[in-house]
Amino acid sequence: MKIPVTFTLNGTEAAAFTDPGQNLLDLLRRNLGDLTPKFGCGQGTCGTCTVLIDGEPHLSCLILAEAAQGREIETTAGLANGPDLHPLQTAFMEGFAAQCGYCTPGMLMVAKALLDRNPSPTRDEVIEAISGNLCRCTGYEPIVEAILTAARAPRHATGRTA
Amino acid sequence: MLDVVTTDTLAEAAQSMGDRTRFLNGGTLVMRAVNYGDQRFDRIVRTREALNDVQTHGDRVQLGAGVTMAQIMASRDLSFLAPAARAVGGPAIRNMATVGGNICAPHPYGDLAVALLALDGQLALADGSTLPLATYLSDRKGLIRSISIQRPSGDAFRFRKVSRVKPKGISVMSMAAHLNRSAGRLSDVRVAYAAMGPDPVRVPAVERALEGASLDATGIQPALAAATEGLTPPDDALASSWYRREVAPVHLRRLLLGEDTR
Repeated sequence: MKIPVTFTLNGTEAAAFTDPGQNLLDLLRRNLGDLTPKFGCGQGTCGTCTVLIDGEPHLSCLILAEAAQGREIETTAGLANGPDLHPLQTAFMEGFAAQCGYCTPGMLMVAKALLDRNPSPTRDEVIEAISGNLCRCTGYEPIVEAILTAARAPRHATGRTA
Repeated sequence: MLDVVTTDTLAEAAQSMGDRTRFLNGGTLVMRAVNYGDQRFDRIVRTREALNDVQTHGDRVQLGAGVTMAQIMASRDLSFLAPAARAVGGPAIRNMATVGGNICAPHPYGDLAVALLALDGQLALADGSTLPLATYLSDRKGLIRSISIQRPSGDAFRFRKVSRVKPKGISVMSMAAHLNRSAGRLSDVRVAYAAMGPDPVRVPAVERALEGASLDATGIQPALAAATEGLTPPDDALASSWYRREVAPVHLRRLLLGEDTR
């Protein structure tokens, strides 16, 4: 039996029918066409499926889709404002913080949650924020630097978060 | 095909439980099993009832089964428990993982449960019954509504997680102790381990050895000698049983004396 579920996705009302046991990641990708969150491990280890629910990072592969009813969900698809990249995206691009790019959506979302809550994080706070996200390419340093760079970017400092 | 039952109350959820059924709380364990096609269940029960209250009653504090690790870390009243909550997964997991789920988590998980054991955890179940956490852990029957724990005074509570990967890694072992002191001597001590057996356990041999002892390198020697008495640590991919036995006294000493708190 299909179950109706509605929530806000990147500021827009979204509605879909979910199958029993379907996870939120699958619903976002298959039913709603948002391919930015990725499937990695399916067990809460890699973090590449991270989305923000009511502003906090959650692993969409471990959330029953119907449990998202009424929640506010943000994905990497909502970061850019038209052609204007979010400061985090710009910093990741200019700082070579992505190589294969598979971890990048999860990294961006945990970084956004951090900067929304704490606009001037320390290096240790950045490391803590990304500690649930695996990257096998970069060695993490460019990612940490990119997040610190984005924190200093003017758009972020003025509170605009696209 | 999975069947998902959503109830308004925990009591209704308890009545909906049956064979081949799992109760879904934070989802970090049950949804992982769903993703991997676990064939041991084909029914999920969940409830809309919020179980995330934290209430203080005198020297005890009551946590709802749905309280998350992140909620513990953000609560000033639960600051003593924050190191144990922080030991669970990464930030996203901690936004989802719940107290009730950690109590029901199989080896090698249960880092928070070991802290709750050392803090004299007393459970209230969905059917209204109450029982010690240690008793519940032997069969994990019934849905948990809340747990009441002792609020430690001063530095009486200690927690230590040993893992190969930092800052996030699965436990080789975790340990917790409540070190009550009377006239400079230890009394009514509680010590608990996780990942040193199939379930988190209190360690009576260590507790007996610490009774009346002084909390210093000499005073804890008998407890270190009894560190793994009565235990059969598991062999798994993280560590062998032999290794766990060999290093347990070292980590117990660090726990008790507050050494090397990394």
